[in-house]
Amino acid sequence: MASSTEVNKTATLSQSTTGAQRPGRFGIYGGRYVPETLVAALDELEHAYAEAQGDPAFHARLDSLLSDYAGRPTPLYFAERLTEALGGAKIYLKREDLLHTGAHKINNCIGQGLLAQRMDKHRIIAETGAGQHGVATATVCALLGMECVVYMGEEDMHRQELNVYRMRLLGAEVRGVSSGSKTLKDAINEAMRDWVTNVRTTHYLLGSVLGAHPYPAMVRDFHRVIGKEARQQIQEKEGRLPTAVIACVGGGSNAIGAFYEFIPDKNVRLIGVEAGGRGPKLGEHAARFQGGAPGVLQGTYSYVLQDDDGQIALTHSVSAGLDYASVGPEHAALHDSGRAEYVSATDEDALAATVKLARMEGILPALESAHAVAECIRMAPSLAAYEILLVNLSGRGDKDMGILSRELKLKGA
Amino acid sequence: MSIRFANKPGLVAYLTAGDPDLKTTHAIALAAIDAGADVIELGVPFSDPVADGPVIQRASERALARGTRLADVLELGKELRAARPDAGLVIFSYYNPILRFGLEKFCSAAAEAGMDGVLVTDMIVEEADEYLAYLAKHRLAPIFLAAPTSPDARLERIAAASKGFVYAISRTGITGTQKSLAADAESLVKRLRQYTNLPIAVGFGVSNAEHFATVGEFADAAVVGSAIVALIEKSESADAPSSIARFIQGLRAPAMQAR
Ligand SMILES: Cc1ncc(COP(=O)(O)O)c(C=O)c1O
Repeated sequence: MASSTEVNKTATLSQSTTGAQRPGRFGIYGGRYVPETLVAALDELEHAYAEAQGDPAFHARLDSLLSDYAGRPTPLYFAERLTEALGGAKIYLKREDLLHTGAHKINNCIGQGLLAQRMDKHRIIAETGAGQHGVATATVCALLGMECVVYMGEEDMHRQELNVYRMRLLGAEVRGVSSGSKTLKDAINEAMRDWVTNVRTTHYLLGSVLGAHPYPAMVRDFHRVIGKEARQQIQEKEGRLPTAVIACVGGGSNAIGAFYEFIPDKNVRLIGVEAGGRGPKLGEHAARFQGGAPGVLQGTYSYVLQDDDGQIALTHSVSAGLDYASVGPEHAALHDSGRAEYVSATDEDALAATVKLARMEGILPALESAHAVAECIRMAPSLAAYEILLVNLSGRGDKDMGILSRELKLKGA
Repeated sequence: MSIRFANKPGLVAYLTAGDPDLKTTHAIALAAIDAGADVIELGVPFSDPVADGPVIQRASERALARGTRLADVLELGKELRAARPDAGLVIFSYYNPILRFGLEKFCSAAAEAGMDGVLVTDMIVEEADEYLAYLAKHRLAPIFLAAPTSPDARLERIAAASKGFVYAISRTGITGTQKSLAADAESLVKRLRQYTNLPIAVGFGVSNAEHFATVGEFADAAVVGSAIVALIEKSESADAPSSIARFIQGLRAPAMQAR
């Protein structure tokens, strides 16, 4: 990754002209870099979202679906055996894995589904990597009676096969994408092409804090509930705040949701865990903050894994949900300001953490979430017993049974 | 050197630079100019062309597989400028390759290569302050896209920020050929005309002589991209320049007769 430091130095978009905060910006990051055809739809969405935010009826419906349909609030669970085994900090797990459909993704899908209804758009498109966002979107479309098309890279369809069946069972059409690395980035490209074509009738239900304004801020807001609950729960249980909040970062939606309420709590460390994949060589991982440089991909200015010509790099992670070349622009700003720290966990670390959590606590995490667990396992032993690590367990691992059986057999587990 | 539409209607021909290789793109561009293209858009290949359909996606992949870089495209532009001092030459790109190259360095290199203008597919007027400042400094024409979905207030901003010509997108969608031209195009040109005296070029889906003539009835020029790129894909490299020349002459032939 020696060359990546040079990349950082030559990154453009000078700070001088971006001194004043423009709408949709997080520091110098974010913005709207899209084909002109989409701007009217982004404006419409921004407007509808602003209106909905001021409408008590919208919040009432959202809150009622989040509690009665999705299962909020989710518990904050003290992982006692894991804590004892690691012999350091106390470990708490925020159980987003217990939500309906098995991951945090449903928070955002219910919110955007209701917004699409307000905008009178009855055709929904989405991209998915791990399939969790696709399943959550298909679920909400079934609930609200909307047409649903999900784009998914063919590589991801193969490794998250169970979720493909789930989406189809729920009535969604799953369209395989065979371009590029056949993963999340390519699925987003294809979803954007669909949206440009059908923009008058279609809402693009983007699944992370990515893309053009207003998506990063809006999707964050729909996930803020994670951190709101967790902050209150830890105070009830421990009477104090955690040492650190740890979350995996694909696009960064579960992480920003978990972090957001803690940002003013300067003593709480915020730690995002990216996919270290097979190693630090470009193409072998998805650690944007280690190997990437600022750039524009799919509508937003953020850290991007790219080569010296600005061509987007291929990525690798055992977890489809983290296997993406860019990261949400608000994370880029939190990174540069130093308010949040970003580390990585390798495929191997994540697989080992999966097994450990399953055997110590009877909880099978999603491979994405296992990256956060891996960082927690790494940190806990060196911390004192009064320290608290709060891990956002963004999803459950049922979807990964195929890949787990293949990978763990390989390693003779 | 400037963007002028000597022919009525004018023709903007899009080529993905480096497809099938830079030498052939060079020969095709000269042939296209000599056959009556007023402006050549030199497309910089990009790994993630979200605004493009399968034809131009494949062309980008071929050009990238050949190792085509932005610097190569600028060099090609420079050669074309030397060979055809009067042709309109525009760099067509997604934003990231330009950002990575360095926005100011790019503008200075493009100006030095004798380019007339720049079109960035994913650059909208709201994000363009810094971009416009550097283009202006180097006397490059910013060409923006206007879409059927753009409300009048946006069209006004787009028209005000553009130089050279304004690119009116014929329909909601990605690049690619189509059987008939959408009715969207004519009403968009009318709305845009309220705000500008610049030439208006209509693109996306213009793929045959009939479309070309139709566009000529309500706009100043037509942009032909995917139809040309598809023909290059089908041709042997050695034959590509002459097939493109014939194709371009064929676009104009019925329009000439009609006059
Ligand atoms: C369980 C789970 N966690 C995390 C992610 C990564 O997304 P994000 O970083 O937006 O939370 C995914 C994405 O598919 C996921 O399914």
